[in-house]
Amino acid sequence: MADAHATHDHHDHHPTGWRRYVYSTNHKDIGTMYLIFAIVAGVIGGAMSVVFRMELAAPGDGILGGDYHMFNVLITAHGLIMIFFMVMPAMIGGFGNWIVPLMIGAPDMAFPRMNNISFWLLVPAFLLLLASPFVGGPPGGDGVGGGWTIYPPLSSKTGQPGPAMDLAILALHLAGASSILGAANFITTIFNMRAPGMTLHKMPLFVWSILVTAFLLLLSLPVLAGAITMLLTDRNFGTAFFEASQGGDPILFQHLFWFFGHPEVYILILPGFGIISQVVSTFSRKPVFGYLGMAYAMVSIGVVGFIVWAHHMFTVGMSVDTKAYFTAATMVIAVPTGIKIFSWIATMWGGSLRFTTPMIWAIGFIFLFTVGGVTGVVLANAGVDHSMHDTYYVVAHFHYVLSLGAVFAIFSGFYYWFPKMSGRMISEGLGKLHFWITFIGVNLTFFPMHFVGLAGMPRRIPDYPDAYAGWNEIASYGSYVSAFGVLIFLFALLKAFTSGAKAADNPWGEGANTLEWTLPSPPAFHSFDELPEIKDEGAH
Amino acid sequence: MMPIAVRIFRFFAMLGTLALPGAALAAQPRPWQTGFQDAATPLMEQVTSFHTLLLVIITAITIFVLLLLVWVVVKYNAKANPTPSKTTHNTMIEVLWTVIPVVILVVIAVPSFKLLYYSDVIPKADMTIKATGHQWYWNYEYPDHGKFSFDANMVATEDLKPGQPRLLETDNRIVVPVGTVVRVQVTAGDVIHSWAMPAFGVKTDAVPGRLNETWFGPVKQEGVYYGQCSELCGIRHGFMPIAVEVVSKEKFDAWVEMAKKEFAANDDVPATRMLAQNATK
Repeated sequence: MADAHATHDHHDHHPTGWRRYVYSTNHKDIGTMYLIFAIVAGVIGGAMSVVFRMELAAPGDGILGGDYHMFNVLITAHGLIMIFFMVMPAMIGGFGNWIVPLMIGAPDMAFPRMNNISFWLLVPAFLLLLASPFVGGPPGGDGVGGGWTIYPPLSSKTGQPGPAMDLAILALHLAGASSILGAANFITTIFNMRAPGMTLHKMPLFVWSILVTAFLLLLSLPVLAGAITMLLTDRNFGTAFFEASQGGDPILFQHLFWFFGHPEVYILILPGFGIISQVVSTFSRKPVFGYLGMAYAMVSIGVVGFIVWAHHMFTVGMSVDTKAYFTAATMVIAVPTGIKIFSWIATMWGGSLRFTTPMIWAIGFIFLFTVGGVTGVVLANAGVDHSMHDTYYVVAHFHYVLSLGAVFAIFSGFYYWFPKMSGRMISEGLGKLHFWITFIGVNLTFFPMHFVGLAGMPRRIPDYPDAYAGWNEIASYGSYVSAFGVLIFLFALLKAFTSGAKAADNPWGEGANTLEWTLPSPPAFHSFDELPEIKDEGAH
Repeated sequence: MMPIAVRIFRFFAMLGTLALPGAALAAQPRPWQTGFQDAATPLMEQVTSFHTLLLVIITAITIFVLLLLVWVVVKYNAKANPTPSKTTHNTMIEVLWTVIPVVILVVIAVPSFKLLYYSDVIPKADMTIKATGHQWYWNYEYPDHGKFSFDANMVATEDLKPGQPRLLETDNRIVVPVGTVVRVQVTAGDVIHSWAMPAFGVKTDAVPGRLNETWFGPVKQEGVYYGQCSELCGIRHGFMPIAVEVVSKEKFDAWVEMAKKEFAANDDVPATRMLAQNATK
């Protein structure tokens, strides 16, 4: 295989213009399309959150003028977009596609055409979801107002008789198929196409994180597909899987949903763990501390992630022993997560730290993810979760691990690999400004949510008792600050593409020792002219 | 650990009282509140004190991680430490940061399970109430007191009387006697709702086709306690509150007599309404 590639002159053999992208089988071009897609979806989903934070800025009817269904449509779409169309495409489709083949010295992904269909399934999926607000939902309203968790009977004919829900289900089906194909592609690529000498235990941790994530996707998404297919046939073909009046069970849906949904939250964060490991190691000029522990911590998080799902369902009426089991199993996850946090700090310990933009995003990630992690330990206890379930405390928790965890990791990775991907340097000044504004904004938004949550404020309500007004106003201001941060990011991007300095092959110095930094920035259409060889020191 | 925990709890409780001096009712949220609502039942007292223990532990962990980060940033930046060390392994420290979290989790797990089993095993109840969630109101039945039932709809903002909290008050409140252990059966007629009462430490989903049971009490203090539906149930999910009025035993008996007459017409309404609803679907 090496010979075949080495003797072939590729550089002029690729389609140009729109064909280069629509017909693309190139992992870098597909990765770029995923990243652009994620930015577009992130701006749309983020704008929705600003709209409902405006609604929630003060008690009484706000910007939505009493259209409470519109509020439900917005929160539902915000959740689905941010999970399926922003974080997953950015981390797995974007960075995974771009960087994994480069890091393991592979010429491309194992199945390049399947890679193309993975991306192009995502576009119609997103269009279906975006079309759903324009067709009927519940009686008297358009769009899906069932929450991203789409629990029946609110999501069945009883709650959402209109076709909007069907569009959303089909959107999830397409997005799920896209991810399953992508997962099979990554697993095959990582197992079969590593350069000579790169054993599994020499793979960079980002590749490990994508490998574990791909297995989670492959095992969990079919369960979601099954559940939403059952929902679809309940809605349209008279089955009664979740219809209590005909012998079905609405709680069955929740078990199936969270059997997918809990691994899903690790799908969202594990690639972030990988990104943070690369960034922290690079800018500490030290190899990652406890490499094997870091890799197997991710594997064990992935495995245990499959057996904790019902901690999302402590109030549905499960037996007390079941709750005890799920409490215990959930708390176990704190151990490998703690190993990761402490290993990142140990990597920095004794290092020679440079506070570049990617590095400050990574340090911000470590702290904020810790905050989100410890509130997760609180929520794991069924006894107190009865008081916190479906309150804003949960909203605060999962935004600390996702909005402040996953998103900080994405920005860290973006600023880290942007010079490699585009061949341009992005402004350090604007990048740091973006960091500080976002850091302040998201903390203002989400920290007060712990308080109103403890005080009893339920999630997903368009108006709230007056006592919650103070913290909600602060949270809303925080979201405006974060939105301003996004504008700075877009401006920094624009500036990088119009007047950014040319990036060297390795702009980050000797700490950056994974294979992608041995290539030109940006790499040629076909990355490696010669098969790289991994020497004994390893690349991690 | 506990004395500190208790002090911190008192501090938060004090903050709460400072925020709104002379608040008439203990059992509704207060402006700028940062913790749980005041506990009205022994269960919620236990939830509160366990949560305070957790809060102390997680705050300590977070501050520890923050201090470590500050330390490495100050001590190991490129200026202060131009040559990085090559250390990548230290078995002792790796064992420590695995074992110590396990110990902390065990410390948490013991009171956690005690609390869970206390909250989930329903004691001998003095009376039973059945709560049925509908889009978007609650229906209550008192099977032990003559099987009357009534609906509780939210009082619209323009109809509020002075002192009634917006979005929390209902036209008919659940009435229970003080010092009584109450079993609550929870179900739903259409979609999933959730019957929640923060001051009692109770939240149980109302699921169609399933009869969930929970309990609260004995409530020590008379007064009105407020909660809200806690599972997204459609357009007016935010507007189906739960109000429980705790009264003396004599007042309760008088209320039952009154309710039997007033809600007599409703006697078999829930059943027929549910049938009617199912028929229209």
